[in-house]
Formats: sequence, structure tokens, C-alpha cells
Amino acid sequence: MAAEGGDKALVRKAVIGAAGFPSIVLFASMTGFGSLCRASDLSLAIALGATAGIWGLPGQLAMVELQLAGSELIAIVMAVSLANARFFPMALVILPLLRVGLTRKLWLFPMVQMMSLNPWAATLREAGRLSGRERRLYFVTFAAVCVTAALAGTAFGYLATGALPRPLTLGLIFLNPLFFALLFASLEGRSTVLALLLGAVVGPLLHLVSPDWGLMATGLLAGTAAFLLARRRGRP
Amino acid sequence: MTQSAAPWLVLLLSVLGTYVWRAMGVVFSARIQPDSAFFQWISCVSYAMVAGLIARMTILPIGALAETPLIDRLGAMALGFAVFFAFKRRILPAAGVGVAAFCLMAYLREAGLPSL
Repeated sequence: MAAEGGDKALVRKAVIGAAGFPSIVLFASMTGFGSLCRASDLSLAIALGATAGIWGLPGQLAMVELQLAGSELIAIVMAVSLANARFFPMALVILPLLRVGLTRKLWLFPMVQMMSLNPWAATLREAGRLSGRERRLYFVTFAAVCVTAALAGTAFGYLATGALPRPLTLGLIFLNPLFFALLFASLEGRSTVLALLLGAVVGPLLHLVSPDWGLMATGLLAGTAAFLLARRRGRP
Repeated sequence: MTQSAAPWLVLLLSVLGTYVWRAMGVVFSARIQPDSAFFQWISCVSYAMVAGLIARMTILPIGALAETPLIDRLGAMALGFAVFFAFKRRILPAAGVGVAAFCLMAYLREAGLPSL
């Protein structure tokens, strides 16, 4: 197979893979996010900037919700950052695959900004069959489609919220907690499930204690407790 | 947040605060194992925080959702979960049914259904 045809087929495969289920879910969840931004009196530019720039819905939600709660700047930024801490281990896993044969390593820095769960998982799945250059092509194409679907969803949710009747707007905003609750219900692993349950119980309580730092404290207390409990139970 | 510059500052720092993790992945990818206890801990912290945020948004919402009754939010959430577990753990149909139920309740409240 000629290299050109191979690249075309690979790009097509990435586009088709990303345009299906991943894009539908992203569009739907980001519709909720766009709607939340509109209801929180943030501009469309901020909403789109958060989707493309933060590019991780947990952190995006934390940014809007804590701002709405009137938290201190430093508390907001730390919570957003911690909510998206998963990008560190995700990057550690995928970088060795993406850097193979890359002469200008600086390209990895813009590339890693495009990383989210879907392109990450798809590239890991396909990596064994692809060269370093092909992996990068596949990853960037897949991620670009995902970013596009997410931005479209954000804009749609934002604009629809101004136009739709109130009950539908409320439904779009409600999509935010509902979507994550369902996503969490599909996760497994003792420490993960413990962290989710403890966090859900402690979160609202600590918010009442301190709207500024309650969320951070929830993460540190409930997360550490879940980690320790899972480790202790895990030992024979 | 009354000043118009503030949301941009929050966004800029939030973007940087997230990018730090990605960049650290690039820098340390040759030297750190991603399955260490440290990462298990940080992912627990992250999950607990987001679960706390989701629970808070449902039980003690701040913005527009605050005008809806708690029973509607919990009921729609419970219905979503019921559909999720009844139909092969698929997220989209479950989210669709939950949101539809929530919209219907919001509509009925608007139309004059008394709060329970």
C-alpha cells in the first residue's frame, strides 16, 4: 500500500471512530456545559475557551460552579487543576507511544493539550498496528474531531439556553450532574468506588462549612480515606 | 464576580492549572511509572472531588437549578439510574430519560402543579 493511501485510510478511520459514539456523548455533555455557562452569566467566548483550553469537563464544571459560589481565585484554580489531575498519568501512558521517531520533541507539548479520554483510549487501542508517525496522525485527527464536537455542543447549549423555554433550559443544566453521576456508575475498582461514594457524602457537607475550600477538602479527605481503606482491604 | 476581566483571569489560570498536568506527563514520561501508589492516590482525590461537586450540584444547587424542588432533581436522577441499570448500562438513553423527566416536571411546576 502506498504511504499516501495508507495515511488517507488512517485519517478516515480516525474520523469515523471519533465521529460516532465519542462525538455524540461529547456533544451532549458539552451542551449541558454551554447551557450552564449561559445560565451563570458567562460569555460564549469564556464557555468555548473553557472547552478548548481546559478540555476536561470535571475541571470546566468546577470552574463555573465555584465562580458561581463566589470562591476565591486560588481556590477555584486549585480545584480545577485537581479535578483534571488524571491528565498526568494519562500523558505518562501515551507519551512513549507518541514520541517514537519524532525529531522535534516540542511538538508533543501542543499535542498533549488535545488529549482527552476518547482519543487517548482509541490511540492506545490502535498503537500496536501503527508506526510512531501514524500514531500521531491518528491521535491528532481523532482528537480534532472530538474538540470540534465538544465546541459545537458548547455553542449549541449556550445559544439554545437563550432561545428555549425555561423547563428545557433547566433540563440542559441538569444534564451536567446527571451525566457525571451515570458515568461514575459505570466505573469499577474498589478505591474508585470508595472515593466516589465518600466524596458524594462529604461534598455537600463541607460545602456548607466552606464554599471556598469545601471542594478541595472533600477531595483530599475523602480521596485519601478511600485510598487508604482500599489499600488496607486489598492486603491479604 | 462583578468585574468583566475576572472570568478571563479565572479561565486563563484554570487552563494553565490543567495544562501543568499534561506538560508534566511529557516531561516525566520516560522516568515515572503511571501505575504507582501516588497516581492511585491522586486519582482517588480527583474522583472524590468531582463526586462531591456532582452531589453538591444536585442537593444544594447554586444557579438556575436552585429554583427547582429537591424531589424533582433526586427523582430524575433515580429514574436515570433505573434506566441505566435496566438497559445494559448505556449512558445516553439513561441521560435522555432522566433529563426528559426533569423537563416534564419543570414544565408541570410552571403550569401550576403544587410542590409536593
